[in-house]
Order: sequence, then C-alpha cells, then structure tokens
Amino acid sequence: MSYFPKEMPRPVPAMNDTEFLRGCAERHLRFQACAACGMLRHPPMPICSHCHSTAEKWVEAPTTAKVYSFTVVHHASHPAVKASLPYVVALLEFPALPGVRLVSNITHVDPSEVRIGMQVDLWWDDIGEDMFLPRFRPMEKIKA
Amino acid sequence: MAENNKACIVGIGQSEFTRWGGIHDRSQFQITAEAISAAIADAGLTVNDVDGFASFSDDENEATLMQVALGVPVLRWSSMVWGGGGGGSIAALSQACAAVESGQAHTVVMYRGLCQGQGQRFGQAGKKRVHGNYILPYGLFAPPQMLALMMQRYMHLYPITHDHLAEVALNARANANRNPRAVMYEKPLTREDYFNGRWIAEPFRLYDCCLETDGACAVVVTTKERARDLKAPLIEVASAIHGSGPGWGTGPLGSHNMPDEDYASTNSRRLAPELFARAGMTPADIDVAQIYDHFSGLVLMALEEYGFCDKGESGAFVAEGSIRWPNGKLPINTSGGQLSEAYVHGVNLLLEGVRQLRGESTSQVKDARTCLVTGGLGVSPTSGTILRRH
Repeated sequence: MSYFPKEMPRPVPAMNDTEFLRGCAERHLRFQACAACGMLRHPPMPICSHCHSTAEKWVEAPTTAKVYSFTVVHHASHPAVKASLPYVVALLEFPALPGVRLVSNITHVDPSEVRIGMQVDLWWDDIGEDMFLPRFRPMEKIKA
Repeated sequence: MAENNKACIVGIGQSEFTRWGGIHDRSQFQITAEAISAAIADAGLTVNDVDGFASFSDDENEATLMQVALGVPVLRWSSMVWGGGGGGSIAALSQACAAVESGQAHTVVMYRGLCQGQGQRFGQAGKKRVHGNYILPYGLFAPPQMLALMMQRYMHLYPITHDHLAEVALNARANANRNPRAVMYEKPLTREDYFNGRWIAEPFRLYDCCLETDGACAVVVTTKERARDLKAPLIEVASAIHGSGPGWGTGPLGSHNMPDEDYASTNSRRLAPELFARAGMTPADIDVAQIYDHFSGLVLMALEEYGFCDKGESGAFVAEGSIRWPNGKLPINTSGGQLSEAYVHGVNLLLEGVRQLRGESTSQVKDARTCLVTGGLGVSPTSGTILRRH
C-alpha cells in the first residue's frame, strides 16, 4: 500500500532520468555526478555545468537527510491527493553531498510537527509495477 | 543608441477581466485580438503602423495568426520568451523594445491573453513540466505549492510573519476596491477574513494566492521619434531587462536545486541593480511600483532585492504602511494587482504602470513620473522595467 493512491502520477523514464529511476527501482537513492570533476548534479543532466564533461557516475546518498524546507499542502491540485490531505512536501539536503537537494515527502508524523532542520530517514515506498519511490520519516519516530 | 530611437509605450488595451471561466462567449484568441486592437486605437495608430508582436511563455495566441486576423500588412518581428511563466511578461516588453530600438521593426505590440476556462487552470496539475518526475509523484503539482517551499525557508531565515503577508494581500484588495476593472471591485477583505482564509499550501493561505482569471492585455511600443507625433503622454521605457541566476531553470517548478545563497529569493538579486543602472536611477527615484504578486510573500522578497529595504526588513517596511496608497513611501500594485485585479500573467501590472504615469489610475499617486514593474518572481527568466514620464 503506497503513501498516495495508485492514480498518483508515476515517474516516466525520459532521456536523463533512466539511471536515477533504475536506482529507485532497486531501492538505491543515487545522485548523478561528473566522472571527470566529481561535481554533483540533480536533476540529472547530460553535461557537467562545471567542466562540460559528459562522463557521469552515480553516487549513493546517505539514508538520513535534513529538512531544508517544506510545505504542508491542504488544497488538492490533483484529484489523486484528495484523501491524503494534508500532506507534507519537503526539500531535503544531504550535508555530505553538497549541491544536490531532493523533493520528497515526510510521512509518519503529524504535519504540524515538521520543522526545518529536522533529521529524517529514508524509506522506500512500493508504488507497484516494480517501482519504489524515496520518502522520509522523522528519526525520532523511528527510535520511539 | 540615439535618443530618438529610445522605446516608448504609446498605447494600452485590454478585454474585461473575469473569474476563470467567466469568458465563454468568445475565444481566448478573440479577446486577445480585441485587446491588441484597443491598444492600437489607444495609440492613435492603425494596423498599417504595426509590424511586430511579442509574447511569452507558451502563449497560444500565435503572432503569425494574429497578423492575419488583424490584417497587419507586413510583419517584421515575432518573438516569444522561453519559460518563466509570468517572468516572461516584462521579458516580452524588453524584446519589443529591442526590436524597435535596433530598427528591426517600427511598432511592436506586446500582448497576453488567458482564458483559463477554455484551457488549463494554472492552479491545477496538468501542465507538463520539465523534470516532472522529480516533483509530481510527491504531490508538488502547482505554483502555490512550489513557491511555498521557498517562502517557508525565507520565513525561517528572516523575521517575516503572517501579518506581513496579510499586509500585501490587504493592500491589493483595498486598491482593487477603488478599481471598477478589478475582479474584486466592491469585494472588501478584512484582516479577519484574511486569517480565516483556508490554507492552500503553508505558509500561503487563500488570499496569499493570485486570482485565476480570464482576460487579455496589450501594449504598443515604438520609438520616441514616432511617439512624439502621437497624442498620448510620452512614457519612455527607461530600462527593461530579463534574465536569471544559476540553477533556476529547473528551480521552483522542478528540482529546487538553486544555490543556497539564492534559494529563498525571487531570482532578482543580479537583475535589479542592472535594471536601475541602465535607467540611471536608484530605488529612491521610484514613485510607484507594480510588483508581480502571484503570491503575497514574494512581493516582500522583491522589495528587498529591488533595494527598497534591506535583506530581511521587508516585513517591518510593509508594517509601517510603506506600500499603502496614498501616503506610503512606495505605493504598490495600485490596480489591485494579480491578487485582486486580475491575473493576466503580469501584463495587467504593466498597464497599471502606464496608467499611473498618464495620471489615469483609480489609486493615482500624485505627480508619479517613474514606475517600476516586475515580471514573474522566483522563476527563470525573471524580468523588470522602469517606466519614466517626460
């Protein structure tokens, strides 16, 4: 049972997205990096904005992240989320991986408790058809 | 550039403004053509004088069809600005200015027509977005949610409160209540109403979000030499530019991977000083401003980035009544803006800027001779212009 209903938009593999989504399907959160200079980039792009190398590698992200910003969504801009309101969309940073942030959700917590700077932990949400999406829950909830 | 070639705005035109879906007896293209025709007439010109069109951001009212529909004999310029949503509004003006100032065309009409009842509503999911894979499966669908992330961080970093957001929304409504063209004319909003407004995406409540409307706007741009022969007061485009800092192309409408020093901002940090420098002015020279208000909070950020107050001080600035008409230091969004007049993707703000300098606003700033107008904030490209009456 996924966090959102099955009518939710799913990722559709496109030119630069394939490798990122392959990682998700295997439950590995990986960011793209330049194989020449090491600079991280997200979303995936076909060329390094720093050195213009097209060689790429994939770097495994830590399973813990920090809330950089968030919003509690109360209005359904898509019919699929009506039953999920209110839900939290957060922007997550990984202090060990400068320059990349990830949009995801904070689950397993009352939205009113979410704060910037909060430590969160990755879990893989099974959205069916052999695909998983990275979502996060507060660290303290896991300990408790 | 020779002074005679400097771009001036000589005509403005619009359709009526309604709530989304309010215009159903005519097509979007038709009301856009009506607005363009009104702007040409306002300038005292005919279609024989027009030889260019400029619009922005996936405009569906194709310039080449508009030429045929209106019977423009010769087209020398047609351009549409990439990306940016309403950030393209003043960008399209800057292209129209570039066209006439370089001599590529003589008289260019910049326009926007939007009937959200006939196409896609901006506040709903559906628009195909670059890098949608990184936002849509997580429920980040529409601009209020996307820009809420930036606003939340901004309010975390600086002393900005919901009272300050309310001040922007209430100012817009008070101005709209004096403007018979406004969708929210004769619809007062109290502070209590504001705080009773439902949450859309925290920290934005209902009245922090712009209207979704149907309507069309157009302005006619030509050189100062030609403008001198026309009946309208001479309103010069002192400067008009568009651009973006790094990382904003997939920014708030995508991955949110803008540099940390730019994140909680409108993407105007580099653009604003250049805009003033090109006009030979400073923020102290601005009499009145129309600041792109798709969401109340980004107006606060813009007041800082355009130099009307220091970083983090916009809350205190608006709390002092600085943006209120008629006595504030810098009255803003005097038609009601996009929060309360209409949301024609920023072009209604440009029309109000021209009206202020003509002395025709319903919230007229006494002796206004300069007006700042910004295009969509927090997107790429973003844009701005300074208009000056001689």
